[in-house]
Amino acid sequence: MRYLTAAVAIASGFVILLGYLYPLEALTQLRFMLTDWVVVIAAMAVLVGIANLVFVQMEKIRKQEKNSIYGVVLVGALLVTLVIGILGGLLGIDNTFMNFFVEAVIVPVEASLMAILAVTLVYASIRLLRRRTDVMTVIFLVAAILFLVAVMPTPIGTIGDFLPILQFFSMFSDGGARGLLIGIALGTLLTGLRVLFGIDRPYGGN
Amino acid sequence: MLTALGIVAITGLLLLGFTLLRRRSPAVLRSIEAFERLNHVIGLAVENGTRLHISLGRGNLFTRGGSALAGLAMLRRLAERTSVSDRPPIVTSGDPTLAILSQDTLQAGYKAAGTEEQYRLNTGRLTGLTPFSYAAGTIPVTRDENVSANVMIGDFGAEAALLVEAADRKNTYLIAASDNLVAQSIMYAAAQHPLIGEELFASGAYVGAGASHEASLQVQDILRWVVIVVIGVGSLLKLVGIL
Repeated sequence: MRYLTAAVAIASGFVILLGYLYPLEALTQLRFMLTDWVVVIAAMAVLVGIANLVFVQMEKIRKQEKNSIYGVVLVGALLVTLVIGILGGLLGIDNTFMNFFVEAVIVPVEASLMAILAVTLVYASIRLLRRRTDVMTVIFLVAAILFLVAVMPTPIGTIGDFLPILQFFSMFSDGGARGLLIGIALGTLLTGLRVLFGIDRPYGGN
Repeated sequence: MLTALGIVAITGLLLLGFTLLRRRSPAVLRSIEAFERLNHVIGLAVENGTRLHISLGRGNLFTRGGSALAGLAMLRRLAERTSVSDRPPIVTSGDPTLAILSQDTLQAGYKAAGTEEQYRLNTGRLTGLTPFSYAAGTIPVTRDENVSANVMIGDFGAEAALLVEAADRKNTYLIAASDNLVAQSIMYAAAQHPLIGEELFASGAYVGAGASHEASLQVQDILRWVVIVVIGVGSLLKLVGIL
């Protein structure tokens, strides 16, 4: 069985890759068909993932683990949203309730997490000097402060527009970012090839 | 397109060639403190009955597949090494396909170690589908599940700051790597042992995932030099007006 899964995965990978890099009509058609299948399977994976989420939370509630009350809230909210969504779809009711849940609950909660994130990052930057006091840390923090000042809005516009030296410094950050991205692209290519050749098999229990 | 196909083919041949070579003589890798500490911390976690938490991020196989696959390769090896522990490692992901693959990979790790009966389905978890819900679902794992070491490897965004902060508050060991530049800068500022750039893809080689991972590093080095030469020569030709 494991050889079959590997053979199917490798063959599918090669078809998609060849269809993308060498666009013959037959290969392209096959690529689109396989991609459509993937979309359907990914949609089913969402259901499996949600079932896993519920299962884990139910287990916590059953064992009365620490903070399992959050699990109760999660499962309850999930069921309410699911029922409203399905009923809305079946009866053809508009999405007022669903929009309410998104706009009154999810958006404010995520926005407040974003606000916490800003404070967390400032705190982390200060702590960095205590944890790793070296040249790279100082360069990192000076560059971060310089660019924060440069993009800060003022009544006369952003300061960066008037300081050509900041544009000169941005050349280094752009270059560094591209270097990192090239490294990541090479790593991704090699990781993909390992899977394509069946050396790494993150599927089929191998 | 044919050029791209050629590059992929040559890279593939180099990978296969170096994999065969590395099977005969293992590579000597430069020391990266994060991985050295990780090997030590894994041993400690197994001995003192604490957990390892591996966070694979939100990368799916369509858009950010590289980092997700690198994370899974590392997970496979870590699962094998910690399978004898009383408390199995917990894996969290923010993408359903990745969550399913993580369960499969965990099971495979246990199977390879001969302890398949120890595998529990609820150790591979989907903790949220949006960036912040993923962070909100993952933080309790770090906080409440007797975790002594966190491995964050995969595609993260700005929400990485919340995860790193949670690990720091619990004084747990943290190794953090991402293919996302925003997350990398956050991890550099906040994590004890951040991995920068393509170090993410070296993780397999450093945890002993096999000759192919060591070969990958060598091919990456060769390709990096090719890119450097191409950029250098291209700049010179542009400077003299040929390009």
